[in-house]
Amino acid sequence: MNTELLGVVATYLLTLVIAIPLGKYLAKMFAGEKTWTDFLRPLENGIYKISGINPKEQMDWKQSMKALLTVNSVWLVYGFFVLLYQDKLPLNPDGNPGMTPDLSFNTVISFVVNCNLQHYSGESGVSYFTQHFVLMFLHFTSAATGIASAVVFFKAFRDKTTSSLGNFWEYFVKSITRLLLPLSLLMAIILAFNGTPTSYEARDQYISLQGDTVNVSRGPAAGMIAIKHLGTNGGGWFGVNSAHPLENPSYVTNTVELIAQMIIPIAMVLAFGYFIRRKKLAWTIFGVMTIGMFLLLIPTISSELGGNPAIAKMGISQTAGAMEGKEVRFGPAISAYWSTVTTIVSTGSVNSMHDSTMPLTGLWQLLAMMVNSFYGGCGVGILNYFIYLIIAVFISGLMVGRTPEFLGHKVEAREVKIAAVITLLSPFLILTGTGIASFVFTNFGDADWTVKPANWLNNPGFHGFSEMLYEMTSSNANNGSGYEGLGDNNIFWNISTGLVMILGRFLPIIGPVAIAGLLASKKFIPESAGTLKADTMTFALMTFAVIVVLNALSYFPALALGPLAEYFTLLH
Amino acid sequence: MENRERRIENREQAGGISFLYHSLFSILHFLFSIPHSPPQFSISNKQMKTQSNKLFEAALVQTALKQSFVKLDPRVMIKNPVMFTVEIGTLIMAYVTVYSFGHTGQGSATYNFFIFLILLLTVLFANFAEAIAEARGKAQADSLRKTREETPAKVLVNGRIETRSSSQLKKGDMFVCEAGDTIPTDGEIIEGIATIDESAITGESAPVIRESGGDKSSVTGGTKVLSDHIKVQVSTQPGESFLDKMIALVEGASRQKTPNEIALTILLASFTLVFIIVCVTLKPFADYANTPITIAALISLFVCLIPTTIGGLLSAIGIAGMDRALRANVITKSGKAVETAGDIDVLLLDKTGTITIGNRKATNFYPTTGGIIKKFTDACVLSSLSDDTPEGKSIIELAKLKGETNISAAPAGSAFIRFTAETRSSGIDTPDGRRIRKGAFDSIRNIVQKAGNVFPADIEEQVKKISSNGGTPLVVSENEKALGVIELQDIIKPGISERFDRLRKMGVKTVMVTGDNPLTAKYIAQKAGVDDFIAEAKPEDKMNYIKDEQAEGKLVAMMGDGTNDAPALAQADVGVAMNSGTQAAKEAGNMVDLDNDPTKLIEIVEIGKQLLITRGTLTTFSIANDVAKYFAIVPALFIASIPALQSLNIMNLHSPESAIMSAIIFNAIIIPILIPLALRGVAYKPIGASALLRRNLFIYGIGGVIAPFIGIKLIDLVVGLIV
Repeated sequence: MNTELLGVVATYLLTLVIAIPLGKYLAKMFAGEKTWTDFLRPLENGIYKISGINPKEQMDWKQSMKALLTVNSVWLVYGFFVLLYQDKLPLNPDGNPGMTPDLSFNTVISFVVNCNLQHYSGESGVSYFTQHFVLMFLHFTSAATGIASAVVFFKAFRDKTTSSLGNFWEYFVKSITRLLLPLSLLMAIILAFNGTPTSYEARDQYISLQGDTVNVSRGPAAGMIAIKHLGTNGGGWFGVNSAHPLENPSYVTNTVELIAQMIIPIAMVLAFGYFIRRKKLAWTIFGVMTIGMFLLLIPTISSELGGNPAIAKMGISQTAGAMEGKEVRFGPAISAYWSTVTTIVSTGSVNSMHDSTMPLTGLWQLLAMMVNSFYGGCGVGILNYFIYLIIAVFISGLMVGRTPEFLGHKVEAREVKIAAVITLLSPFLILTGTGIASFVFTNFGDADWTVKPANWLNNPGFHGFSEMLYEMTSSNANNGSGYEGLGDNNIFWNISTGLVMILGRFLPIIGPVAIAGLLASKKFIPESAGTLKADTMTFALMTFAVIVVLNALSYFPALALGPLAEYFTLLH
Repeated sequence: MENRERRIENREQAGGISFLYHSLFSILHFLFSIPHSPPQFSISNKQMKTQSNKLFEAALVQTALKQSFVKLDPRVMIKNPVMFTVEIGTLIMAYVTVYSFGHTGQGSATYNFFIFLILLLTVLFANFAEAIAEARGKAQADSLRKTREETPAKVLVNGRIETRSSSQLKKGDMFVCEAGDTIPTDGEIIEGIATIDESAITGESAPVIRESGGDKSSVTGGTKVLSDHIKVQVSTQPGESFLDKMIALVEGASRQKTPNEIALTILLASFTLVFIIVCVTLKPFADYANTPITIAALISLFVCLIPTTIGGLLSAIGIAGMDRALRANVITKSGKAVETAGDIDVLLLDKTGTITIGNRKATNFYPTTGGIIKKFTDACVLSSLSDDTPEGKSIIELAKLKGETNISAAPAGSAFIRFTAETRSSGIDTPDGRRIRKGAFDSIRNIVQKAGNVFPADIEEQVKKISSNGGTPLVVSENEKALGVIELQDIIKPGISERFDRLRKMGVKTVMVTGDNPLTAKYIAQKAGVDDFIAEAKPEDKMNYIKDEQAEGKLVAMMGDGTNDAPALAQADVGVAMNSGTQAAKEAGNMVDLDNDPTKLIEIVEIGKQLLITRGTLTTFSIANDVAKYFAIVPALFIASIPALQSLNIMNLHSPESAIMSAIIFNAIIIPILIPLALRGVAYKPIGASALLRRNLFIYGIGGVIAPFIGIKLIDLVVGLIV
């Protein structure tokens, strides 16, 4: 047991060891300072030339966001049609069929928005062509979209007053050439050498000990598994994601995948500090996020190691902890760590089945996704955090008797309005989504649909409610993990989560960037003794309180009916 | 008290709504007994005439109670989105109450009626908070307005004097006032000089001098001429004076929300929307869990969650802020100006009258080596006998204090030599042939050296010493021989450096503006503890200084009275004009100080800060309260069908019904309990932003989480006996 915990600690420490220098590098690289990766410049210049981009052209926040939306719309259309007609395209040795329109709608949104909610199974649902040129391609671009948006946001606070926030295309291209691609390459090699397949051949067969013929899917998976973690995407090659023995063969690959999904989110937070030359601010934010992570992680590990009370009541000892849904090669401690990591940084890949975790673990997973900014996704984590921060700045600014200001810029009605709308958005999407699903389930259970709503849930009751809540929360958080007990490949879930995902992606990016852009164009006010500093412990505490209280207030009733009701019922 | 008893009688006759009055009164009665703390920070010791320290005067409470019902009008309520949703909830509960008489499934009619009643009270309490703030402001304004009741005005029409009512005076009209007359309206003296008693406005009993042509040419309606005769031109249209504007602001007619208030309203509206979503979606959630939720429970949950506490008190806080400014005898032209005052980074203060007491004073006599102190002092006194300046008078005072002279009047037949700009000296020629001169160092040295005498080196040295200490040396000579030096010093107001220290802790930089030379200015600046100074200041220097600071993004406040201050007053973010100042100055600034007290700016800055702090802390308190309310209501909603959730009932409340009732009762009564805080404002302490945040976060954040746990439990103990 102690070795297992040691594994958790070592993994986190290794993550920091890599993430901290990476943060410094990212700040320098995006600021255009000299770095050792400058040898890639000719490649980038080639890309700019082909695409007709002038990387020196300065954009304001509106132009940046326009660029972001334009290029993402192109991919949406492209991906939708490829998925629909993948059976007629090459590289389909298994002869997998084309997707239904609703599944294609869901899948393409899911990958464009870095959510990677997979209502299909990789083995039978997509061709190698699709995996490569739609899904893996989108793994890169969606992560780069988040990172580039964050850099636009950083740029707003680098200078005192400015409206030119750099060039979105340049940030976007460099995110891929100088960060995602090299790291993916390295990681894919590690994975390949540890047993992850990298072949273009069709599925293999073997005869099991029982004498059954078993088909084993394979394909060029290592590259995709690398970027799915580095880019906090989470969309796996195989259906059961990183619980699959070929996707995550050993404890070593497990550690690599765990580290990979955390380094860029952490590095981006630190890069913020280096980029705007306020290191202390970044470390304060990092501190809040880390405390948040541990507050979710520790009870998660303890509830998983504690085992299932229902089994304990039967008098069965569970020295290994709760093993249902977990891989024996990983064990409950590191699986609990994974479940926390994957929900806080919005990767959504899994190495154990979340549906089988203890009710309280489910609570922490849900909360992690609701907060969605304890490190958070690639680039977008810090943007999400910024919304909480602006609300904290506003309330605490009033509390110290000054018109609230952040980094020398006054926070006024317009900024508060944007922050308020974004704050409102998550509860709106999650609760209305779950509300509609519950309503349909309760009142139209027997509706004559391909999948009857009454058959959605493997476990009706409190856990069934959690399954629906989890699906909507995961979609809104662009996380992509799921309680697999939910029958989700049908029109209702494909369309509803598709809408939730797309709204839950772009508005929370545009909002913070807009606030930053508006603030940046305002007059810079020098600090005085009456100025509230954002890099103090007190303010960090305030931000943390805002995060906890806002989320608790929005979701308490829903959580009470789902995981809490399940937990207390299980105890009694 | 008597008033109130009479009202209680009336109340009995009122019948239906008497219950409401009853409950309002019991709570207000409790509030009456709250002791009043002394004002946090008082600049002037003089008793302001119009000030009333009592928060709830019976007469005002009565007006406010009436207004609480008038304000139920949805067209008024909609301006406050938070409370408007509570009003809608109240209406729905009224319907549910009626419905539940003949139907089952929504709980008993009595229970629903109680919920309805408490919700109605919640709205009324919020209305009452706003109404009492308005009533207090209005009362304050009325007492000022009383000073300008109809008075006869002697209007000049084609050279003849006609008597008209003051209300008929138009801008540009001319009137005359003589000793004993009350000045009918605001105006500017265009001819003459008069002593005027302004105590009706300022509370200051010492009469002031107002004369045409200078910076002190303004007169205010309601003040009284004590001597002489002046001709005044009316400067404002009827109903448009500053006072009229202020009254309108307080009364709410022209009250516009300030930028921070707008931003906060947006934030509160979005929280309200979140809770609408939470409550609406709870219905399908509960249906899924086979737990019927009554409308009463849903609406109660909603009302408890939305920030009613701050929503109900928000406008009261704003009005009370302006009211506090008015109580400090400052008339503001907009609520925004008060709020901006809290953000001030730089404060421009005139040296004379603000940092130093009036004018320079003699502090020492230094005779030349070998000179006799008595002889020198006598010469000083003789030369100052005809000197009317404060400096001259202070020389005589000092000499008498030191007991070094027995001269009290000039010898008969003396000739006084007046000060002129050319000679830069004054003095006296006595019949016995003494020619005593007193003046600036170089002018006296000229006199001495012209006569062929040697100017003593020790005097020259003393002169330098005095100058470098920030003093002003005056050299005295007799019969063209230098006798010694008088040292004049600025007297820095006692306690002023502590006040600057306080400002520094608030993050406000103080700048002294003076006509002195840089050396003297620097010395006084250091001694008084100001951060910067403008020496040999010309009006355009002030203007440039303000512009420079503003270019760096800072907000600047200044106080001024002269016409040549007007551009700078207009440029400054907060410009406070003295009431005694010229019309141009008053038009240019955004506040007018009735007391003509230059240190008033400091008080205004604190009022501005208090305003923001009160909003911030009550918002925090309001949101923090929700945690406990959830723990009261959520278990109550589900316990019936999910008994395991009893574990969430950590307060161990009696029953679901009593839990819900207790939560909304707490939610309602917290509003009137906090009215005194909203009206008086949360104290501002200049301890640095982070420390202040820590303090307020602790009191209103953590306190806001804990208080309702205790409050709801206590209420439940009582309610539990009935339900």
